[in-house]
Amino acid sequence: MELVTPSIGLVFWTSIAFILLLLLLRKFAWKPILGAIHEREQSIDEALNKAELAKQEMARLTSQNQDLMQQARAERDEILKEAKTLKDGILNEAKKQAQVEGAKLIEKAKIEIENQKKAALAEVKDQVSSLSLEIAERVLRTQLDDKAKQETLVANLLKDVELN
Amino acid sequence: MDCNQVFVSKVKRLIVVFTLLIAFLSIKIDTFAQVDSAVVPVDSVVAGSAEAVSGEHGAAKHGEEKFEPTKVIMEHIADSHMWHLWGHTSLPLPVILYTANGLEVFSSGNFHHGEHDYNGKYNNYRLEEDHIKVVGADGKIDEEASKSVLDFSITKNVAAMFVAIFVILVIFISVAASYRKRVGKAPKGLQSFMEPIIVFVRDDIAKPNIGHKYAKFMPYLLTTFFFILFNNLFGLIPIFPGGANVTGNIALTFVMALGTLIIVNINGNKYYWKHIFKPDVPFWLYPIMIPVELIGIISKPFALMVRLFANITAGHIIVLSLISLIFIFETLAIAPVSVAFVLFMDVLELLVAFLQAFIFTLLTALFIGMAVEEHH
Repeated sequence: MELVTPSIGLVFWTSIAFILLLLLLRKFAWKPILGAIHEREQSIDEALNKAELAKQEMARLTSQNQDLMQQARAERDEILKEAKTLKDGILNEAKKQAQVEGAKLIEKAKIEIENQKKAALAEVKDQVSSLSLEIAERVLRTQLDDKAKQETLVANLLKDVELN
Repeated sequence: MDCNQVFVSKVKRLIVVFTLLIAFLSIKIDTFAQVDSAVVPVDSVVAGSAEAVSGEHGAAKHGEEKFEPTKVIMEHIADSHMWHLWGHTSLPLPVILYTANGLEVFSSGNFHHGEHDYNGKYNNYRLEEDHIKVVGADGKIDEEASKSVLDFSITKNVAAMFVAIFVILVIFISVAASYRKRVGKAPKGLQSFMEPIIVFVRDDIAKPNIGHKYAKFMPYLLTTFFFILFNNLFGLIPIFPGGANVTGNIALTFVMALGTLIIVNINGNKYYWKHIFKPDVPFWLYPIMIPVELIGIISKPFALMVRLFANITAGHIIVLSLISLIFIFETLAIAPVSVAFVLFMDVLELLVAFLQAFIFTLLTALFIGMAVEEHH
């Protein structure tokens, strides 16, 4: 029976000690500890949320980058194609012009050659006529001095002419 | 494969336990014949008259004291005015008596283990079975006067409780300091050992049972939890700073349960009181329901008080009984068996120390939750 009879002394001291312990711990331990744990939990939550946001931002940026890259690549292809067609055009134009120019030059050269040929022929004709006149003059002079001589002269002259 | 291994280890464990049991029984049977003759005198002593007891006291002086397990165990369970250290050395504790004439304060060392009376300011006192009694003029104990003297001594339990409180304060104030020092950083050392327990009390005891108003009750729940836990654990240490059966004393559990009773009923809202005085039953049932509900107010903390007291005391009694076996059988051969069983019981008590602190706090939180619950 003594075992289950609370003694007044122990009840008294336990009450005082427990209340004191409760007050001391509440002020010096539980408040700072629970406050710090709560704060840390909040900061961890915040950090996790921020990390989630950053992840989303990263994903958004990556997709944006990819879009940009694709766009840039398409643009580059476009530019290359344009340049190629432009180059081809210029080349073709140049070729055509060169051909036309060449043809013109050839034509001019032909005309020149023809002219030169005509001039040369005309000169030859002049010389032939003057020579003929000279021959005729000399023949006439020898005929007038001696008949025999005139005849041989004519014969010699004719030989020369033939040699020429 | 895994299941097989578990099965094998379980079988091994069973074999070990069974072997211990066989050993225990065989030694018991062996010694039974020897003890048999000794049992009769023990019985006669127990049933004997005052003369037999005084005769035994005479025998005790010759060092031939008969071992009485019940007496020894009850002495160890009960409170004391001295704190036994070793052998015949005890730490005397202060005695504080409240008498009709005033306070009396003196050291319990003055009793010389109950062999001497102490002549106080107002009365003469004698220590009998660890109770302080007033001695009358005729040299005999004056029971009437003894009853009027209130004993507020710092007994072994009070001192052990102070030690536990000191340890709790040192631990948690240093933990709080490390929280202040390491703001926003991960816990370290003692802090990281205590934090899961504190968070456990908050998240698994307070929050689910009380709801969103839990914060107000956290200091009480945490203090209750750690106060019971540390006193339980100190009670398991068999030597000096422990060795007192603090939480296994009905006075302490009475105060703890009273605290719960007060906290619950102070915070009870109108729904709580309506449930008690105007329950949702036909009015002619009120004469039954209201007394039942009123008894319920008392019986809940009463159950808390008895549960903690009985669990811790029972554990101590079992450990002491197992140790007593050595002295009952008067043979060292039983010692390994006793020690093995005591080891098992100590580990179990370690579990019980946590479990009882947890259950007391959990039920307190549950009762608070019932009192502050909002009905819609």
